[in-house]
Amino acid sequence: MIRVVLPFHLRNLARVDAEVELEVAAPVTVRAVLDALESRYPVLQGTIRDHGTLKRRPFIRFFACKEDMSLEPAETQLPAEVVSGAEPFLIVGAMAGG
Amino acid sequence: MSKIRLLVGTKKGAFILTADGKRKDWKVSGPHFAGWEMYHLKGSPADPNRIYASQTSGWFGQIIQRSDDGGKTWNTPGSSAEESKGPGGFPKGESNKFVYEGDVGKHLWYDGTAHPWEFKRIWHIEPSLTDPDTAYAGAEDAALFKTTDGGKTWKELAGLRKAKSNLWQPGAGGMGVHTILLDPKNEKRIYVAISAGGCFRTDDGGKTWKPITKGLKSPYELPDPDAEVGHCVHRIALHPTKPDVLFMQKHWDVLRTDNAGDQWTEVSGNLPTDFGFPIDVNFNEPETIYVVPITSDSLHYPPEGKLRVYRSKTGGNEWEALTKGLPQKDCYVNVLRDAMAVDSLDKCGIYFGTTGGQVYCSANGGNSWNAIVRDLPAVYSVEVQTLP
Repeated sequence: MIRVVLPFHLRNLARVDAEVELEVAAPVTVRAVLDALESRYPVLQGTIRDHGTLKRRPFIRFFACKEDMSLEPAETQLPAEVVSGAEPFLIVGAMAGG
Repeated sequence: MSKIRLLVGTKKGAFILTADGKRKDWKVSGPHFAGWEMYHLKGSPADPNRIYASQTSGWFGQIIQRSDDGGKTWNTPGSSAEESKGPGGFPKGESNKFVYEGDVGKHLWYDGTAHPWEFKRIWHIEPSLTDPDTAYAGAEDAALFKTTDGGKTWKELAGLRKAKSNLWQPGAGGMGVHTILLDPKNEKRIYVAISAGGCFRTDDGGKTWKPITKGLKSPYELPDPDAEVGHCVHRIALHPTKPDVLFMQKHWDVLRTDNAGDQWTEVSGNLPTDFGFPIDVNFNEPETIYVVPITSDSLHYPPEGKLRVYRSKTGGNEWEALTKGLPQKDCYVNVLRDAMAVDSLDKCGIYFGTTGGQVYCSANGGNSWNAIVRDLPAVYSVEVQTLP
């Protein structure tokens, strides 16, 4: 099971708790996790990455095992700790500043 | 006795304010969608319990929400309330897909280059006058979308962007379709206004559109003051019994047309300043109109710090200040284009919200005002429903 942590507003939108668990077939890439997340929670389509282009929205960040994976290609495989479920994949709303 | 329901969109959520026909004692519910920018909420004239809402965020994009019980509960269209109930329940539908039709095209950018259309958000939702499942949505970057399945799917009425859209150019506030007026006597006729695009009309249900800007003059905003497109129209309004008569608050100037936009005439008259955003028409008096003058395009607050609604009972030119109950010193709020509405009671109620978080009500056509609430987030939009 892949554990995914969503930001506050997306948790409310999808009406889920802080963390959701997803079945994702290998290889477990950023894209595969997002595909699985949006497939299970269709209301999140367009909120993390754009419709059509599937580009990450500008103020969304992806963290895993203390690394920022936001700028990595979508085909990048996630760390073994995320694949095993030991660590979560974090979807984060970027800091607004101030 | 009739009831009044106000739908208030703010920078940090939506609020629903209700009262009986006396419009004196109000109940406040909200924030709904706390923390999200709520650009606009509007109820269906065909089913007042059906309310559409535009929920948006710089982080997470655009969501459409819908209530079928007058704002008590909400769902993204395509999802049912039952799906979200109980442990593990969550909405199954998607609702936020707004995709431009065909070749996305380009419009003028700030630096004069051609810039591709990019969807940002929905500024305004206008439900059909007769079908609760049909509604129109005005988008930034400027385009018009339509749903016929209650908001589950949206399709662009792409003919609008064939009306010289290569010459539309965003202003500082963005380039959005902010006003959509449906002609109650002619279902094929729709008017839209676009920030820094102008004003347009279709007579074939949205297939083809033409600019209706003859008579508009923008010498400080456009190199050609009489240009066909590009005028910064802030708001247009009509009375349902006289849909060929439109009133306009432009960037500068208040105008009217008596022939469905074929020719406009300035009616700013004795206003202290003719800059402003909202304009609306008294429900019982088709020639009584309201504006809120703002100092200038550089100073977005009332002249002299005095919040004044101006009323013309002659369809323009002759204006009177309405001040009773409104702050007459140290007031530096703005009233945005979608933040004024009128009810349909015998003594017409006028409502407006401010960027300072106040929502004011007049239950007597503007003669006197009371603040319903004073400390909401900045108010983006106010709509009113008159309920039996």
